[in-house]
Amino acid sequence: MKTSERRKFLRNAVWWTAAFGTGSFISTLFAGCRALEEVTRVGAELGTSTGMISRESADSLVKSSKAVSKSFEDITPKQEYFIGRSVGAVILEKYPADADTAANLYLNQVGQTLARASDMPETFGGYHFLIQDSQQINALAAPGGLVFVTRGLLDCCKNETAVAAVLAHEIGHVQSKHGLRAIKKSRITNALVTIGIESAKAFGDQELADLTRDFEGSINDISQTLINSGYSRTYEFEADQAAITIMRRVGYDPAGLVEMLQVMRQRLVPGQEDFASTHPSPESRILEIKATIGLVAPVREVKERQIRFESALKNI
Amino acid sequence: MAQRMSVQVQDGKLRSDPSFLGKIVGTVTYGEVVSVLRQQDPWFYVSNRTGQLTGWIHSSALTEKEIALRAGDANVQKTASQREIALAGKGFNAEVEDEYKKSNPNLNFEWVDRMEKFIVSDDEIRQFIREGKLASKGGNP
Repeated sequence: MKTSERRKFLRNAVWWTAAFGTGSFISTLFAGCRALEEVTRVGAELGTSTGMISRESADSLVKSSKAVSKSFEDITPKQEYFIGRSVGAVILEKYPADADTAANLYLNQVGQTLARASDMPETFGGYHFLIQDSQQINALAAPGGLVFVTRGLLDCCKNETAVAAVLAHEIGHVQSKHGLRAIKKSRITNALVTIGIESAKAFGDQELADLTRDFEGSINDISQTLINSGYSRTYEFEADQAAITIMRRVGYDPAGLVEMLQVMRQRLVPGQEDFASTHPSPESRILEIKATIGLVAPVREVKERQIRFESALKNI
Repeated sequence: MAQRMSVQVQDGKLRSDPSFLGKIVGTVTYGEVVSVLRQQDPWFYVSNRTGQLTGWIHSSALTEKEIALRAGDANVQKTASQREIALAGKGFNAEVEDEYKKSNPNLNFEWVDRMEKFIVSDDEIRQFIREGKLASKGGNP
């Protein structure tokens, strides 16, 4: 059987079994890929019983999907890194980078200190933070730890604790892999099949094209969610809860998150393509946060933090 | 027998103590197999392949899965077959990113590359924590 035919067959087998055989197949892909192995085994059995493929080919299909199920389970941190880089490039198309060196350095000092206190301090390429030159109020995190914050959002921060709140929320999205979860399941299935079907050491042209198509689709899924539709309220509240935990571990008062949201509430303009369109209202987030941290007293910022905050962000 | 795990980050650092403020005593690279000697959640005390280097590393830098790199790499010798070796290196990688760039010439990766170089050293973080009167452990836990 030619490569293209094998690919078509396996893809069909996967879909056929997913549709009629194991209903939970798609949902288990993220958790683990044993299901794929099973599906491929069934597909290969079908192939041999109908004379479509030889027993030898069937065995190698099973073997290859087994290897894929090992290497693709949960999308590896290295693949997450490459997805994140391209999502970052898309985010930078929306708002250009701000080249203020002192401000970016400060953002990375706060952010990388917080990231170390998260539940996922280590990612393949590490956490990196960048200011974007826009007055729109927004912050976006690409998978793997590239975090972007606009001048407009930094304007809503009156102290270092508020900056920490913004960054800790984004780190929360990264550690929970919310970006990767926005990828349509069918793309993961397609990519699995493409990766699994070829035994050559380098991609063939067709496989590379197929995989690039799935990659591009994944980048679009994530960017579309980040920039246009927004995450679910559940994910946003989850990121706020993560922010509270991370801030406490580092020694920042989580009340800073509430204060930042109060400023944001006054400044958000309905209808703008920013936080207003992609996040639950600041009011609802404040309510959820207060349910966790209790009564909120005004943040009493440490003098040294206030000095460095004002110095680093004076041009923002 | 000590549990074997693989390094799943680009630059893995072994530290003198189970903390990000622990001194860096050595580095381990992506795909390298280490042996876990003891655990202090979420940190692992590990030794490298030769056993000459030991230190603490955060659990998020390790995976139970074996990471096969390229066919010539030492750590793929015991991998079951050539096919598995080939597959493990596949997926969304630099080659796919290059193809993606070709079909999206409007995207600019310059600042993505630049921001990846924004790295705050351990010493700078220690100083930042000290000066800002932040939690002395500076990390999890």
